[in-house]
Amino acid sequence: MATIENNLFDIRYMDTLASGNSSLHKIDPRAKLITTLIFICMVVSLGKYEISRMVPFVIYPMALIISAELPILYLFKKIAIVAPFAILVGIFNPFFDTQPLVQIGDFSISGGWISFTSILLRFGLTVSAALILICLTGFNGVCMALEKLKVPGPFVVQLMFLYRYLFVLIEEASRMVRARSLRSFDSKGMRFNVFVQLLGQLLLRTLDRAQRIHLAMCCRGFDGHVRLNRTMSFGYREIQFILFWSLLFVIARWYNLPVKIGSIIEGYFL
Amino acid sequence: MHMADALISPAVGGTMWVATAGLIGYCSKKIKEDIDDSKIPLMGVLGAFIFAAQMINFTIPATGSSGHLGGGMILAILLGPYAAFLTMASVLTVQALFFADGGLLALGCNIFNLGFFPCFVAYPLIYKMIVKENPTSKTLAVGATISAVAGLQLGAFFVVLQTVFSGISELPFNTFVILMQPIHLAIGVVEGLTTAAVVIFVWKSRPEILQPILSSQTEPKSSIQKVLIGFVIATVVVGGALSWFASAHPDGLEWAMFKTAGVEELEAPEKGIHSSLAAVQEKTAFLPDYGFKKTDMQGSDEGGDAWPAVDPGTSVSGFVGGLLTLLMAGFIGFILKRRKAANA
Repeated sequence: MATIENNLFDIRYMDTLASGNSSLHKIDPRAKLITTLIFICMVVSLGKYEISRMVPFVIYPMALIISAELPILYLFKKIAIVAPFAILVGIFNPFFDTQPLVQIGDFSISGGWISFTSILLRFGLTVSAALILICLTGFNGVCMALEKLKVPGPFVVQLMFLYRYLFVLIEEASRMVRARSLRSFDSKGMRFNVFVQLLGQLLLRTLDRAQRIHLAMCCRGFDGHVRLNRTMSFGYREIQFILFWSLLFVIARWYNLPVKIGSIIEGYFL
Repeated sequence: MHMADALISPAVGGTMWVATAGLIGYCSKKIKEDIDDSKIPLMGVLGAFIFAAQMINFTIPATGSSGHLGGGMILAILLGPYAAFLTMASVLTVQALFFADGGLLALGCNIFNLGFFPCFVAYPLIYKMIVKENPTSKTLAVGATISAVAGLQLGAFFVVLQTVFSGISELPFNTFVILMQPIHLAIGVVEGLTTAAVVIFVWKSRPEILQPILSSQTEPKSSIQKVLIGFVIATVVVGGALSWFASAHPDGLEWAMFKTAGVEELEAPEKGIHSSLAAVQEKTAFLPDYGFKKTDMQGSDEGGDAWPAVDPGTSVSGFVGGLLTLLMAGFIGFILKRRKAANA
């Protein structure tokens, strides 16, 4: 995980992307959330030696990225940052599973390498799908979708709070860190007792802030439920979106399209 | 520590989703019963605090590395188990969506691993036992440290279990456990010490913050059992229902059932659900069972080994076709881009 300050920048950037105006941005958040979940389930449900079946799934993130004009390099970078855990766990497959599984000419590849490649592909597909969801919908959009999909109210409300105050508190923390490093001649490393003081102060300020927020909200008639002045409509376009992609996923999931195409080509040339 | 989508099977991911969703629903109900509205903004702001706290690092002497505050335990101590679980769930949701830390399907696993154990196991069973109603600095320190370590160890162990049951990674159980537990012991000690230090700081400067939770009646002793029982039932039902769903090693989950339950009695109903669901599913035929898999595996079901039947022809056509599919995908993308450019 990169430093939290970079993450903050990232969140802002992704929110900017989410405020775009393409036709995909305008689709109801619920439709995008559901489609993303279907996509992930389909990809993850493929067997562990499966590579060829996974390839057609690339079309979903790619089509969305291009038609919504999302910055593809940026998304790649984000995926690469979090890749280490999947690589770390997957890299052992080639060592434990050495049975040859694929034979192309004289060249044989062990099952381990196949499943490792499969893990990396899975990882790329699922992570990009989640990132695209947020880039197209925005966090508040996802929260609204959750609420409409009957996720318990208190959970959704405090999720929105968390998101709203993320920026405020991270900036406060970074001011404290900066103040310390200026007063200590930018000495490297923080002693434990200083750390505790800073963190404790931040926590106390946070608690006070929460109380002020709550009082302010009570003045404005808060009753445990946030009302949003934005209408969502789940219409023809949304159903079309879900059905189109789901159908594509199902076809790609149960028919090995690449092998079919490959054997047609082979039959033609050989 | 965060589980990734790429490493879990739908059966494991789905089971953990159901378990987590149940817990979220249960905790939300509990929070609603607490008429105290002020808790909801407090939860959200403290969730944001968990992120902000990660900005402040201290140097661990003589190692060159640095440590920072972890999540679950401090939330449980400040908010009590129910609110802390919801807050932890939302912290992890934000991480999954924005930082791609973990994934959407793995979110259930992550919330369970990092939320359930600190809030519903370590907090009531360890922290509450050590820190009685009238805490001192010493009991607070010991309680916070031990419970943070224990919570993280349990969480790490569940990461191992979920990975092994999913069968995507080849890491054997023993190796993975030996890899994960010591690393998380070290992380847990750091997290425990920082948690304890911050809790003591709060206790010394503003004891009234900790007092209401310590003396509150929301002692989850009897309800924790309900939660646990509910979880076991959910696991059995969902595990049974999902195990047919495209798991490469269908027996992995049954083995898990047997191991975790330890009783064979449980297997019968599980089998029953399994078979009746399979019958329903055969009738509806929405999701073909292992049928399509058998053709792939060419009858190697009985062997139990990695698929031995290698057909070079299939491999080559798969390879060629895969490349072609990618090319086609690229072509579609190209056309989409051209159309975009033409429109602009």
